Amino acid sequence: MRLTVRDLCVARGGVRVLDGLSFAVAAGEALVLRGPNGAGKTTLLRTLAGLQPPVSGTVDYPADSVVYAGHADGIKPALSVVENLSFWAQVFGRKEISHALAAYELESLADRPAGFLSAGQKRRLGLARLLVTGRAIWILDEPTVSLDARAVAMFAAVVRAHLAEGGIAVLATHIDLGLDEATVLDVAPFRAVRQELDDFDEAFL
Amino acid sequence: MKALLLRDIRLAVRAGGGFGLGLAFFLIVVVLVPFGVGPQSELLSRIAAGILWIGALLACLVSLDRIFALDWEDGSLDLLATAPLPMEAVAAIKGLAHWVTTGLPLVLAAPVLGVLLSLPAQGYGPLVLSLLLGTPGLSMIGAFGAALTVGLRRGGLLLSLLVLPLYVPTLIFGAEMARRGVDGQDYTTPMLMLAGITCGTIALLPFASAAVLRVNLR
Repeated sequence: MRLTVRDLCVARGGVRVLDGLSFAVAAGEALVLRGPNGAGKTTLLRTLAGLQPPVSGTVDYPADSVVYAGHADGIKPALSVVENLSFWAQVFGRKEISHALAAYELESLADRPAGFLSAGQKRRLGLARLLVTGRAIWILDEPTVSLDARAVAMFAAVVRAHLAEGGIAVLATHIDLGLDEATVLDVAPFRAVRQELDDFDEAFL
Repeated sequence: MKALLLRDIRLAVRAGGGFGLGLAFFLIVVVLVPFGVGPQSELLSRIAAGILWIGALLACLVSLDRIFALDWEDGSLDLLATAPLPMEAVAAIKGLAHWVTTGLPLVLAAPVLGVLLSLPAQGYGPLVLSLLLGTPGLSMIGAFGAALTVGLRRGGLLLSLLVLPLYVPTLIFGAEMARRGVDGQDYTTPMLMLAGITCGTIALLPFASAAVLRVNLR
């Protein structure tokens, strides 16, 4: 299990944002992306997750090993916490969700409609989803938004346990999670120099 | 795939899901027609099949923009795109869920509304059969239109403009089949054409929808 990025260039809305990125993350390692707003962290993460193709360069990892968690949690307000989690577990061909509920202390909220949860509770539910997928590479975009200090500690513990099992985490975050094994990558120096794309059509896609 | 289908149906039936809105819209459109045309039962029975078809088509259209828009807004679509489910399957399942929650109730309600429009007795069978064959196609074409307009604000009107012309073949053969049934003529040819169009949309459009969704997710 290894995530390898070679000479990657990513673009958003027809403008190159990051160029010449190369890094590798091995099993049990975490990579924390830093950079100012608009530096291209989200674009890079979406490219890593396969949601958009890179302009040039390659992203390599074993097929079907990635799970992505973006700014939105993908929670249906009309479904209960358990229904939301079981749905994602089933999509990924699994059943077990109790460990995910326990990791984020969601047991007492299990039967509540997700629409009644607070922002932090929703975020915890969104992060619990990662645990039910059983995927090894976690790609997380600002995972700690709206979490309180206790929930951040829960999240850090879950990430640490995931890494200990040989998982990989790539996350964009501004707060210090206290992950000693994490490498920090500042994306600002990789800002693309020549920003316009040659491909005219690409600007419309 | 089953999980996604069940979730979509469950979401539609729960509060705020919009289940029944299409049906209520169908009911109102069809009930309004006799008020507009006047109480002439022989005229009504002549146009009943066409009115029911247009009503079903419009009712189908009302709920189309919800197919992908909600999943897009809350991020589920991003997550589904990285799930082991192929995007084509997601598009097909979404179309199927739309049919189960919108098209199928319309098929079941049509005979009741036929009474309101003095539909002749021999017309009920062909009418229900034509709607049963035609509405899955409407849902599939609609899912494609919804995929095209998924990222757009106020995409609903654009969706209608895109989808309505694509509904024309289904409407022509569906209404023709129902009309021939009412007149007691042989309706095999329009029935086969209608079934063919529906099968074609089910076979091809999930691929088109998936391709469009991938572009829209970038």
